[in-house]
Amino acid sequence: MTARLVDVPLHAIAHGRTGDKGNRSNISVIAYRPDAYAVLVEQVTEARIAELFRHRRPTRVTRYLLPKLAAMNLVIDDVLDGGVNDALNLDTHGKALAFMVLGLTVRVPVALVPAGYPFAHPSSHP
Amino acid sequence: MTTNPIAIGAGAGFSGDRWDAAGPVVDTLIARGGSAALVFETLAERTLALAQLARRADPRSGYEPSLEHFVGPVLARCVAHGISIVGNFGAANPRAAAARVRALARDQGIPSLRVGVVEGDDVATDELLPDVRAALDRAHPDRPLISANAYLGAEAIAGALQAGAQVVITGRVADPALAVGPAMAHFGWRSDDWNALAKATMAGHLLECGAQVTGGYFADPGMKDVPGVADVGFPIVEMGSDGEFVVTKAGGTGGVVDARTVKEQLLYEIHDPAAYLTPDVVADISAAEVGELGPDRVAVSGVRGHPRPDTLKVTACFEGGWLGEGEISYGGPNAEARARLAADIVKRRVGEGLALRVDLIGVLSVFGDDAGRALGERADSGAREVRMRVAATHPDRARVERVTREVLSLYTCGPAGGGGVRTNIVSRLGSTSCYLPRELVPARFTILD
Repeated sequence: MTARLVDVPLHAIAHGRTGDKGNRSNISVIAYRPDAYAVLVEQVTEARIAELFRHRRPTRVTRYLLPKLAAMNLVIDDVLDGGVNDALNLDTHGKALAFMVLGLTVRVPVALVPAGYPFAHPSSHP
Repeated sequence: MTTNPIAIGAGAGFSGDRWDAAGPVVDTLIARGGSAALVFETLAERTLALAQLARRADPRSGYEPSLEHFVGPVLARCVAHGISIVGNFGAANPRAAAARVRALARDQGIPSLRVGVVEGDDVATDELLPDVRAALDRAHPDRPLISANAYLGAEAIAGALQAGAQVVITGRVADPALAVGPAMAHFGWRSDDWNALAKATMAGHLLECGAQVTGGYFADPGMKDVPGVADVGFPIVEMGSDGEFVVTKAGGTGGVVDARTVKEQLLYEIHDPAAYLTPDVVADISAAEVGELGPDRVAVSGVRGHPRPDTLKVTACFEGGWLGEGEISYGGPNAEARARLAADIVKRRVGEGLALRVDLIGVLSVFGDDAGRALGERADSGAREVRMRVAATHPDRARVERVTREVLSLYTCGPAGGGGVRTNIVSRLGSTSCYLPRELVPARFTILD
């Protein structure tokens, strides 16, 4: 028997924060529960992050895994349109970008989703 | 030189931080007893260039403008209880900052304050500038240099404290070094005690942004709720002689310290977790663990250290031209279409040759890109309240002023129903980094008493 799966934003199972140095952004993604870490490893891949930020033309995405923290650190090069001194963005640091990553859709066992989580996608998968 | 623990509290995490945050931290350090230090981090990448410009205009300025507001409320209690204060308030003029603190002490009736000044970070000197220029090679060769500062480590801070300084004022140092310095002086660590230095560096890293480890910059309603968030307390680290430490916070305040807050800040501005480069040590957190010991008490373990780099990072700042921004709002039916039309009008009027960024605030702004690719791919979403923003940068102020004037004239010449125009033009700073051999950088301290 397999667990029922549901599509949710990554935000349902993980939290994170953005840091910046120059034109490089680092975004932590941290599983709320240790048993959600495997979902991060499987579904929050370098390729998906590169695709998510495609319009920013990043030159490299590196994912560092931290299993003891049930977390990963995404390092995205040349993603800030020059960074704090050069970008024209209101958010030149890219501080909001962690929540762009947390908007990625992941498919997870329904048991990992907090009861009453308001942003679950309407379609679910048996 | 002791094996008794030290408590290190954070008084500020950036120049714009709360002036009343340090008070409860100091109260807690006093109530706890034992050795303690209070650290203030107020120097961002660009802050130093702004300070250098201020010093050029007035030789007595060029340090943290809010210095007295940060230090004034806690100085007397810290001195009375032997709590060392360490801050990078010095910016481009540590000696002027030290003079200000000593004057503050006199005003408060504190006799003979011993202030340590750490210098040597300024590498835009006649002696070192050729080396800096060579190291910068490809970056901004033509633009006038405003400042160039090396990130110093903890040794000069520790030296000043061991020489009896009650307050230590630095210019550019690595942020964690503000906390490593007091620990190094207290425990008498050698400068190659890599594991202890790495642990203290990560403790300093967790302190350096103030409330970001105690529930500030963390709340996400329904997912990460923070009790008493409007009165978030600042962090305190309790450290043993091997560098092992527990993160807690000021008593009687809001906020929270738990595994989640510590993990977020542990990874903040980290790249390779196995090699966090600082002037004092290469810290390795790839096997670090966090453990909740009780309410608002989290232990961090498993941090390892490797020998420090042979080079020091230097940040150089240049004049960066002008940034112009203009905004106007549209609401109601077809609002987004009118906002998009407004952007098109400004683009046509300004013409080719000056790249404009367009944001539709409420539709797509901070997640977009300067070239407008993401916005271009997105169809009208039907948003009924939209603020259109354009931004441009150019070395010539007149060119960006043209853009802001075109936004202003949308009042009468643009789409229907536009309101609330705001425009702004500011000068910009550019910055870039390079590395210098550490033996070229003359880090030193002086005691003023």
